[in-house]
Amino acid sequence: MAFTLYALIQTAILFTNAIAVLHEERFLSKIGWGAEQSIGGFGDEPGIKAQLLNLIRSVRTVMRVPLIAVNSVCIVLLLLFG
Amino acid sequence: MNAAVAHFSSANEKQGEAGVRVKAYHRLYRRTSLKMDFQQHGYRATKPRARASPPIGGPLLFDDTSSGPPPMDNQNYYSSGYNMADPMASAAMMYGSTLANQGKDIVNKEINRFMSVNKLKYFFAVDTKYVMKKLLLLMFPYTHQDWEVRYHRDTPLIPRHDVNAPDLYIPTMAFITYILLAGMALGIQKRFSPEVLGLCASTALVWIVIEVLVMLLCLYLLTVHTDLSMFDLVAYSGYKYVGMIFTVLCGLLFGSDGYFVALAWSSCALMFFIVRSLKMKIMSSFSADSMSAKPQFRMYITLASAAFQPIIIYWLTAHLVR
Repeated sequence: MAFTLYALIQTAILFTNAIAVLHEERFLSKIGWGAEQSIGGFGDEPGIKAQLLNLIRSVRTVMRVPLIAVNSVCIVLLLLFG
Repeated sequence: MNAAVAHFSSANEKQGEAGVRVKAYHRLYRRTSLKMDFQQHGYRATKPRARASPPIGGPLLFDDTSSGPPPMDNQNYYSSGYNMADPMASAAMMYGSTLANQGKDIVNKEINRFMSVNKLKYFFAVDTKYVMKKLLLLMFPYTHQDWEVRYHRDTPLIPRHDVNAPDLYIPTMAFITYILLAGMALGIQKRFSPEVLGLCASTALVWIVIEVLVMLLCLYLLTVHTDLSMFDLVAYSGYKYVGMIFTVLCGLLFGSDGYFVALAWSSCALMFFIVRSLKMKIMSSFSADSMSAKPQFRMYITLASAAFQPIIIYWLTAHLVR
């Protein structure tokens, strides 16, 4: 399995896109992974599920705008160079 | 603890520091060492220590010659050397050197915004004795007794003073050597071309990145509060290149049998090394006592990280020793 750096960048973009398209109220709440279900007690260490939900939510919030830019650049480059 | 204190006192005396500072270090260190003795029975319940930059001018910092002579000396030298020739030239020289210094400061500031250079300098503060001992430890870790990373007043000791501290010099050198060795192995089999070298390098780099990201993700999900920074994880995942070099060399010298024997030996040594090193950092870190399932998962992380090493060693070297 020979990886190039371009493959790594592609993988990262695809993964981040996959996390970004998970819609909050249409999908995540239906399977019990919504934002309000992750708030545990304040004195408690959050469990694995709460950490994962936090991670998904923060990735979606932070990467929304940069992903638009990166995806546009990717589309233009793929159109031009195949 | 006492060995570290003795080392510090001798280092201070050798450097001829002011006597007052030595005594202050002694007093403070003895007090903190007593406190740490109480806390360190099995479960270290202290908060994670950030790897801050070492104290400037103290005995810990290696001789930092990167900043060079201060600008005043430059200007004096230049002005005294060239004043006779042409005042315009000397003025231009002074202006140029000031501009260059300003540019250097700006570049340093910008780099410091993305990556803490002091933290990186910590990992490259090595010397020959440390490298020798560490290489021996990587190949034969079974007789080493004390795996604990020693601290000095909340910051870890630099690798020069502590053989258990991770460094980035050995992984970097081993990575480059591995790439060169892969090129040579492919050349022996008459399969060499320059693109293959670049492909090999980027494959190995990508595997390091994947491993570090997966480790960071696992450590985040299980809220393990260690002081394992990203550079530490890069260091620990880069130590496998030493095993890879040894394996490829044995494969080239002794054929297929030698390759598998060396693979088994370096895999076992590396797994032992990783488990012992990471156990100290991951298992005994601070966490809330309400989570009962945590210790199991931490053990799973350590074991999974160790089990991943032989797989990747085999994957990255099998095609070189056909």
